[in-house]
Order: sequence, then C-alpha cells, then structure tokens
Amino acid sequence: MMDAIAPGSDGRPDLSAIAADAAGERAVGRPTVYVYEAPVRICHWVNAFSILVLMVTGYFIASPLPTVAGEASDHFVMGYIRFAHFAAGQVLAVFFLTRILWAFVGNHHSRQIFYIPVHRGQFWKEVLHEIRWYAFLEREPKMYVGHNPLAQTAMFTGFTLFVAFMIVTGFALYSEGMGIDSWQHKLFGWVFAIWPNSQDVHTWHHLGMWALVMFVLVHIYAAIREDIMSRQSIISSMVSGERQFRD
Amino acid sequence: MGAATETFYSVIRRQGITRRSFHKFCSLTATSLGLGPLAASRIANALETKPRVPVIWMHGLECTCCSESFIRSAHPLVKDAVLSMISLDYDDTIMAAAGHQAEAILEETRAKHKGQYILAVEGNPPLNEGGMFCIDGGKPFVEKLKMMAEDAMAIIAWGACASWGCVQAAKPNPTQATPIDKVITGKPIIKVPGCPPIAEVMTGVVTFITTFGKLPELDRQGRPKMFYSQRIHDKCYRRPHFDAGQFVEEWDDEAARKGYCLYKMGCKGPTTYNACSTVRWNGGVSFPIQSGHGCIGCSEDGFWDKGSFYDRLTNIKQFGIEKNADQIGMVAAGAVGAAVAAHAAVTAVKRLASKREDADHNS
Repeated sequence: MMDAIAPGSDGRPDLSAIAADAAGERAVGRPTVYVYEAPVRICHWVNAFSILVLMVTGYFIASPLPTVAGEASDHFVMGYIRFAHFAAGQVLAVFFLTRILWAFVGNHHSRQIFYIPVHRGQFWKEVLHEIRWYAFLEREPKMYVGHNPLAQTAMFTGFTLFVAFMIVTGFALYSEGMGIDSWQHKLFGWVFAIWPNSQDVHTWHHLGMWALVMFVLVHIYAAIREDIMSRQSIISSMVSGERQFRD
Repeated sequence: MGAATETFYSVIRRQGITRRSFHKFCSLTATSLGLGPLAASRIANALETKPRVPVIWMHGLECTCCSESFIRSAHPLVKDAVLSMISLDYDDTIMAAAGHQAEAILEETRAKHKGQYILAVEGNPPLNEGGMFCIDGGKPFVEKLKMMAEDAMAIIAWGACASWGCVQAAKPNPTQATPIDKVITGKPIIKVPGCPPIAEVMTGVVTFITTFGKLPELDRQGRPKMFYSQRIHDKCYRRPHFDAGQFVEEWDDEAARKGYCLYKMGCKGPTTYNACSTVRWNGGVSFPIQSGHGCIGCSEDGFWDKGSFYDRLTNIKQFGIEKNADQIGMVAAGAVGAAVAAHAAVTAVKRLASKREDADHNS
C-alpha cells in the first residue's frame, strides 16, 4: 500500500498523487506497517478458538449437564465433551509451541509476548504512561508499531504464562487417564510432586480458566478501545497483519 | 522367642510336614522347572537356611484400622502371611509378650537382623512438644521410630496416617503429626495409603517382598505401582454412566437407584489412586461406590482438608468464607467485566466531551 504512494517531503504520503472519485471525494493514503506475520495471525486465531472451546467444555466437565435418560450405551455426552476438551487442548499446545518457535524465526514483533524488558527504565516509564492513559490522565495516547509496553506486560503474564500453566496442568491431568507409562505422565507427572493430590491440580486448573476469562475480557476490550481511541488499527491488524496509523 | 532366626524349613516342619516330604517337594519343584540334578539340593538348602523376613510392626498415632483390615485378608489368608511368610517379631497390638519382654524384642531384632528386617509403621509420629503426644514404652514414639528405622532394610508406611498424615494431621494439626517420609530419610519407604488400605493390598505387598526378596516397583509418590497406578474412576463399574452423562443428581433419586455415576455427588474416584474398584473389599464383596456412596479419596494426600466429601468442586478456604473455584472465578470475572464496562462508559463520556470541546474550539 505504502509503496504505491510516493512519500512527500515530510516523509508522509503525498496525497495529491491519489486520484479523486467522480464525486470529488479524495482517497486517503495512510502509513501502514506490516507487524503480524501470517504464522502469528494463524496462531492467534487458532489459539483463540481453542481457548473458547476449552473454556466451555472445561466448565461442563466440572459442572456436567443434567442427566440424560435411557441406556448408558445410547449416550456419550460426557465422552464427547471431554473429547472436545482434550482435542482443543492438544491443538492449543501444538499452536502455542509453534508460536514459540516462530518467535525465533519471525520478526521482532513476534518476540514481544514472550518477555518483559524488566531491566529497561524507559520501558517502565512508558508502562506508566500507558497506565496514566487508561486512567484518563493523559490526553494523547502514544503510538506503537507492536504492542504498547503495558499491553506487552499484560500479554506476557495474562496470556503466555497463564496458557503455559494451563497446558502443563492440563497435560498432567490428562496423563492420569493415559496411565503412568504414558509420555504425558513422563513429561508432566512432576506436577503431582508439587500437588500430590490431583484434586488440587483440578482446582488450580479451574482457577486458571477463570484467570483466562478475565484476560480475554480485558484483551478484547483493550483491542476495541485502542482501535477507536489510539488512532491506529488493532483488530483488523490481526487479520491483515498490517497496522495502519490514522493521523 | 519371636526374634530367633526361623527358616522356611522350620516353619514347614512345624506345620507337620516330614523331612522326607520336604525333599520330595524340592525334587518335584526342580524337575517341573526343568532344572539340573543339583537344583533339588540347592532348593532344599535355600529353604533350610534362608531366614524368613523379620518384620517389626510399630504403632504411632493411629486408630488400628490398618491392623483391622490386615487381619481380614483373604488372598493370602493373614494367618499364612503372619505364620508362614514373614516372621512378625513385634506388633504391640497383637503380640503375646508385653512390657519389658516386648521392648527387649526390638533391641534383639535390631542387633540380630541389622539391615535385614522390615519396619512396618502404622500411624505417624507427632513432633510437637518433643513428640510427647504419643508415648510408647515410656519414650516418645518418634524416638523409637527413628531408632528402629536406622537398621531397617526398608520401611512400609501403612495407611493414610503413615503415608500422608491423615486426620491427626488435618488442619490445624495441633500435635504436628507428620508422615513417615518427612521424619525418616535415607531409607526406602513404601507408602501403602488408604484409610485403611485394602487387606489384600497389604498382604500383597508383604508377599511380594518375601517372595522376591526385593521391594515392589514404586510410583512417583512412593506407592507400589501394582496397586496404585490407576484411579478408582479408571476401573469403576459405573464409568459407562459417567461417559454417557448419567449422574446421580441428589441422594435417593431415580438415578441413584439405577446406579448412575456419583460424580456430581462429590465422588473423589477421578482423583484417587487405589485398587478398590478392582480388588474391592471384604474378599471382593463390594466397595464404597458399589454400595451407593461416592469415594471419599481416603488414600490421597490431605483428604480431610479438601472440603466436603459431597462437593464436586473443592472449597478454597484461603478466601475466608469457603468458596469453590467457580464462585471465586465468577466474582473476579464479574468484577473485571464491570470494570471494563465502567471504563468503556467513562471513555465514551470523555470522548464526547472532548469532541464537543473541539467543535466549540473550531467554531
């Protein structure tokens, strides 16, 4: 898009180069940056869908639907719900791993959600600015090509850490059914060294679900709000990969 | 006296079998196993010289339900286990000796079978106030336990008390009752949890050790894999109702009479590792779920402190008022949702206000 428009002397696109339509309405060229590469976007939406399925089915595993009538051999309600949960969990695990691998080969934006630059003072200053912006104490938001520092902090803790926790505890619980000779138990059985009674692991896994519900609420709200308020595209960026700056 | 070294041969003779029959048995065994001509005398020699494994059975803070369970074993019969397989040298609950005579056996076993005997512990030692909440033979039990553990080959931790702590270690645990593996280190410890453990599981563990002369394979938690590698839920005969989505919704409802799954009634089968649903109890007659009550998870760590036996979701006490994960999660998510809505409202108002300001400014 940007390539089509020759930049003007101030580095901004030269809008006079763009044709007007029949009604004399001028097209507007906006600076756009390619941020989210295809694997990042695919992982985002697959993970989002998996998490949705996991939340709904997980809730119904803990609080099952009302009893179905008839012979046990005619039904498989819990079986299907649990299958969906296990399947979505493994899809999430695979795409979460893929996302981690992509952080090594992708652009620098793809690494953002995996760390917080705790040692950089400037980072924390900008986190503070973002907090002030959300507390209505700043009139103008700053613009960032990738995540703003507060968003990066939230993504790292609210998504990366929580989802990792859910994957680990999830596989540990799954290994109970697969047996102690399974690879799941060999890889994740150490969770039961921390909580010897798996009832506790169930409870933590369940609390983790609610933590992710909170993350999703804030994540979606912030995306919509910043799309409107920060004068830059957020939601469509996760579809096209491009971030557009509107002024 | 019990601590005298006794071989399998002397037990066999005591039970009325002649030396002639004994040698016939050894020859027959060697022949049927296809061993060489020398094997018969080797078998005879082993049975004549190999001492039976001496077992010291101690009692700490406990209710004796492990012993009660143990003496009801059907396969093998407990009389065979106690009289033939092992040499139960000391068990203060069921032994004939008492007082100084009984105490002397401990010293004798320790000296005579150093590193050879099995120390079976029922119950656990309380550590608070120097261990004075459980005095055994004039000494705190913990001291006696440590003394006997020092020269033991291995330790069997009978029941939930010895394995995890059980009811006396439930919050607030005033006597500081402590499971065996937190007191004794550097010795192999076999946990045989349950309140009590299944009789056949107990004699099964003993039989394994005496037959093979080694400890059974243990899982990550130190439990014998052969009895504790699967959950009650995995082998429950009501499992098809769970998979179908057929649950008892309340006690004595139609579903309860039909024998549906007790998951919603708080059955701890899905988080409990034990052999109840396969071995069952009282010679295979029944087990809790078969009699219509959910599993209470008695072989699991801290099962007294995991909320009600009848709740599916565990109560979380740290929140002061007992709440489960859903109640806490819904309140927290609700609060976040309300905060988001309020923030959105303030944003909208601010935005409108600033737009009007801009409009005023421009005009």
